[in-house]
Amino acid sequence: MTAQSPILTVSNASKEFDVSAPWLNRVLERKPKLFVKAVDDVSFTVPRGSCFSIVGESGCGKSTVARLVTGLYATTAGDIRFSAGSGGEPVRVQMIFQDPHSSLNPRWRVGDIIAEPIREMKLRASEAETRERVEELLSTVGLAADDARNYPHEFSGGQRQRISIARALASEPELLVCDEPTSALDVSVQAQILNLMRRLQQELGLTYLFISHDLSVVRHMSDTIAVMYLGRIVEMGPAESLFNAPQHPYSRLLLGTIPDIHAPHRDRALQSGEPPSPLDPPLGCAFHPRCALANERCGRDLPELLSVGAATVRCHAVEEGRAQETSVSEAV
Amino acid sequence: MTDIPVTAPAKAPKTRTGQFFDSDLWWSFKNSKPAIGAAIALTVVILAAILAPVLSPQNPYDLASLELWNAELPPVWMEGGQMPFILGTDVQGRDILSGILYGTRISIFIGLASVVVSLAVGVMAGLTAGYYGGWVDNVLMRVGDVLLSIPIILVAILVSSVAQALLPPELREAGISIVLVLAIALYSWVQYARVVRAQTMVERRKEYVQASRLVGTPARRLMLKHILPNTLTPVFVAATLNFGLAILIEATLSFLGVGMPPNQPSLGTLIRVGNQYLFSGSWWIVLFPSIQLCILVVAVNMLGDWLRDALNPKLR
Repeated sequence: MTAQSPILTVSNASKEFDVSAPWLNRVLERKPKLFVKAVDDVSFTVPRGSCFSIVGESGCGKSTVARLVTGLYATTAGDIRFSAGSGGEPVRVQMIFQDPHSSLNPRWRVGDIIAEPIREMKLRASEAETRERVEELLSTVGLAADDARNYPHEFSGGQRQRISIARALASEPELLVCDEPTSALDVSVQAQILNLMRRLQQELGLTYLFISHDLSVVRHMSDTIAVMYLGRIVEMGPAESLFNAPQHPYSRLLLGTIPDIHAPHRDRALQSGEPPSPLDPPLGCAFHPRCALANERCGRDLPELLSVGAATVRCHAVEEGRAQETSVSEAV
Repeated sequence: MTDIPVTAPAKAPKTRTGQFFDSDLWWSFKNSKPAIGAAIALTVVILAAILAPVLSPQNPYDLASLELWNAELPPVWMEGGQMPFILGTDVQGRDILSGILYGTRISIFIGLASVVVSLAVGVMAGLTAGYYGGWVDNVLMRVGDVLLSIPIILVAILVSSVAQALLPPELREAGISIVLVLAIALYSWVQYARVVRAQTMVERRKEYVQASRLVGTPARRLMLKHILPNTLTPVFVAATLNFGLAILIEATLSFLGVGMPPNQPSLGTLIRVGNQYLFSGSWWIVLFPSIQLCILVVAVNMLGDWLRDALNPKLR
């Protein structure tokens, strides 16, 4: 698919959360207000019909980006813009959630869960048409029409995720935000769900914003990948270039963690540490305390986004050419 | 890859009652002797109260049926006791059994009505506080805290005496039970509000609520259709236990003389009146209403305790 007009443009979006102690405690203990910058100055565009993925460790802000895009959270700063939908009306955005156990109301029948968007948005005129549509959606995601009468607890994790997808499709969205849709599932079931999602993308012309921490899942799905670290995008580029020639040391670290069945004992650079607390981010590049290539400048200045081939990278070492010395080839 | 939908073997469509008798709750009930005993006792007491006009030998409200020469008769099995006054009579010749049956009616009505009123108020307050948080939450819950910090008897005495003073005399007798219901509800809604609020704060963060928000479901419908059904289990338990408590509070108020008047006596009123004759030897006037109150409250509490355990998944 050729690069088309973007369906979604995120420019310099930031999100801060107020994590201060309650008012009374603040007054009594003289604590200052406390903010976490979950997403910091994130920009990207998603072309229509493509799959844009965001990867990163837990706590890096990728789920917050998902919720900013769907409008569940409001941005603190920056701008999130959708192009006009195919029919001229605003693009409909829907979301598939991570945990299929908490994303379906346990007291509702599956038919009612899937019908909720149709009823709320009045997409069908009559109850009979709604029910017909629900049956159609159930068969689209590979479930039986009879399943509409059952409750969510009667289904397995994979089946529930199918129900979740059917509900998301019920409002006829053009952009689907998928927040780790497979991370709660068994590996064998993951593949089924991913295949279903790819099929739906082709059949319905969907655009995906795909959030995951699992690089092998992302590789299967994505056209473009953005790597996030502590609220910022550190590297962004076409999927194949990122997998074949990762630039940022953090991207390399991530790729190095993928198990390789052909080289189980390959020589992997061991890197320790965990992401610093977003309450107290390090100065300069957020990754420098863990980075083997870090020098004094990395601890002082925040690197700018830099174009390297098809990708953009936020790294002083790449800019100065220091990153080439380490080998890249072992990644997958 | 093709997915073959797996259909479950055809199940007989279940009716609501069929579902109930299939449930864990019914199974747990069948296997709990205290619960069965309490349920039987409660059923007998409630049925007797409902059927009071049929069962009781005398209408205790009808002053014309009272004969003074029947005053202070002991129960039938004692010397001097006579039919139809099985449990004896009080100083005005009123049959104790009839008084108990009619009094239980009033006690149960006030208990039930105050549970319904406080449930409605408490659930709404809890949902609103838990869903919106912030200052709405602070205001609602602090009001509740303040109410709970005053002893309920004081609150109820205050409410009922103010109401007594404000109500016109012809409404006083009819209005007293409603005033009692409101006084008890004023206090007990806070408990429901707390239970519902805590549960709402958990539920509103769950992904199914977010999914529903995404399609533009208004807050009121989110609260009532999504969150409320998922908070009801602990509310049920609290309501059952509070029913017993409400009956006791009403009895206490009546015993203290700010509750039901002697011409439409609840169990508490009967105990208060009977208490005055305890030392003159007429122990039956106070003992039998007390036993009835005891059976009623213990049965309700045992059912509440069983329900609490049966609905607690960790104890299954």
